[in-house]
Amino acid sequence: MNIVSALSKITNRFRRPQESAKFAKERLQIIISHERTERDQPDYLAALQRDLLDVIAKYVAINKEDVHVELERQEGCSILELNVVLPKLQAE
Amino acid sequence: MVKIIVVTSGKGGVGKTTTSASFAVGLASRGYKTAVIDFDIGLRNLDLIMGCERRVVYDFVNVIRGEATLNQALIRDKHTKELFILPASQTRDKDALTLEGVAAVLDELGKTFDYIVCDSPAGIERGAQLAMYFADSAIVVTNPEVSSVRDSDRMLGLLSSKTKRAEEGKGQISEHLLLTRYSPKRVANGDMLSLADVNEILAIPLLGVIPESQAVLRASNSGVPVIVDSESDAGQAYTDAVARYLGEEVPFRFLQEKSHWLKRLFSFKEKEAV
Repeated sequence: MNIVSALSKITNRFRRPQESAKFAKERLQIIISHERTERDQPDYLAALQRDLLDVIAKYVAINKEDVHVELERQEGCSILELNVVLPKLQAE
Repeated sequence: MVKIIVVTSGKGGVGKTTTSASFAVGLASRGYKTAVIDFDIGLRNLDLIMGCERRVVYDFVNVIRGEATLNQALIRDKHTKELFILPASQTRDKDALTLEGVAAVLDELGKTFDYIVCDSPAGIERGAQLAMYFADSAIVVTNPEVSSVRDSDRMLGLLSSKTKRAEEGKGQISEHLLLTRYSPKRVANGDMLSLADVNEILAIPLLGVIPESQAVLRASNSGVPVIVDSESDAGQAYTDAVARYLGEEVPFRFLQEKSHWLKRLFSFKEKEAV
């Protein structure tokens, strides 16, 4: 056992360490693309989402995650997309 | 027409002041009348890097408050003609800089100067916002390191929306990437983001690459901007960057690891043999 661990210590010494720059690049690409989409959204979007949630919650039991508000910009106009997932309707 | 350049980064310690100082010297030594302004109110440091800390009498905030004239506050550089420094105030008053005050100072400088270099503080607070607000172009100083690259991208977002030009719909300010503290050896080892990596992520035109260099600390120790040290790699890289800013085509240097002297000796012998 001791010999094995001693041997692996020696081989580890000669092994090249992982190239960390690759991880740095991957992590940056993910977080930056995420932050860029958030950056382009107006400040009121979060508040709007909250208010919409409150209104809908008055009538239907929904969770915070069930309301998606997105603003898509196209040339000449912006499209506000509202996506609400309602729970299964129960027969009354 | 005066051109206002902001040197910014978001993250601290990446080389904004070093870059501001060297860039201002570079522009002035080309014959352009240049002013470099320290926007880091409360943490004045450009004066140290420029080596004029003992000649500061009045500062930026004194001028804004009307306690001194601009001419009284501007410090003439000892080494470079046409170069003037406007030091930051050491006040702890966060609201010392005002939009109107900064506008008035820049307006007055604009009457006689060709270039105004604004050395932004780190962060995204008022000093940083005001440093970029009136800019025509931005130099984004970035280290090949995750937090610096991310912060630079945040700054690019602010530059595209929170400037006078953007607000008035006069088009984007021009953005330039300056990669500093670059170590070709560590890039070759796979332990540092490469120029190509950073370029791909930030996607703005590259102005220059400043290698990690002993000369930068030596320069700040002695209060002489590193660009003045024309023997040094960093100094030469800054000279190249200034030339590129002025529209000249200059090949990039210092992107490869310096080869060992033994290797160089052998390659020399090989050439001789041929």
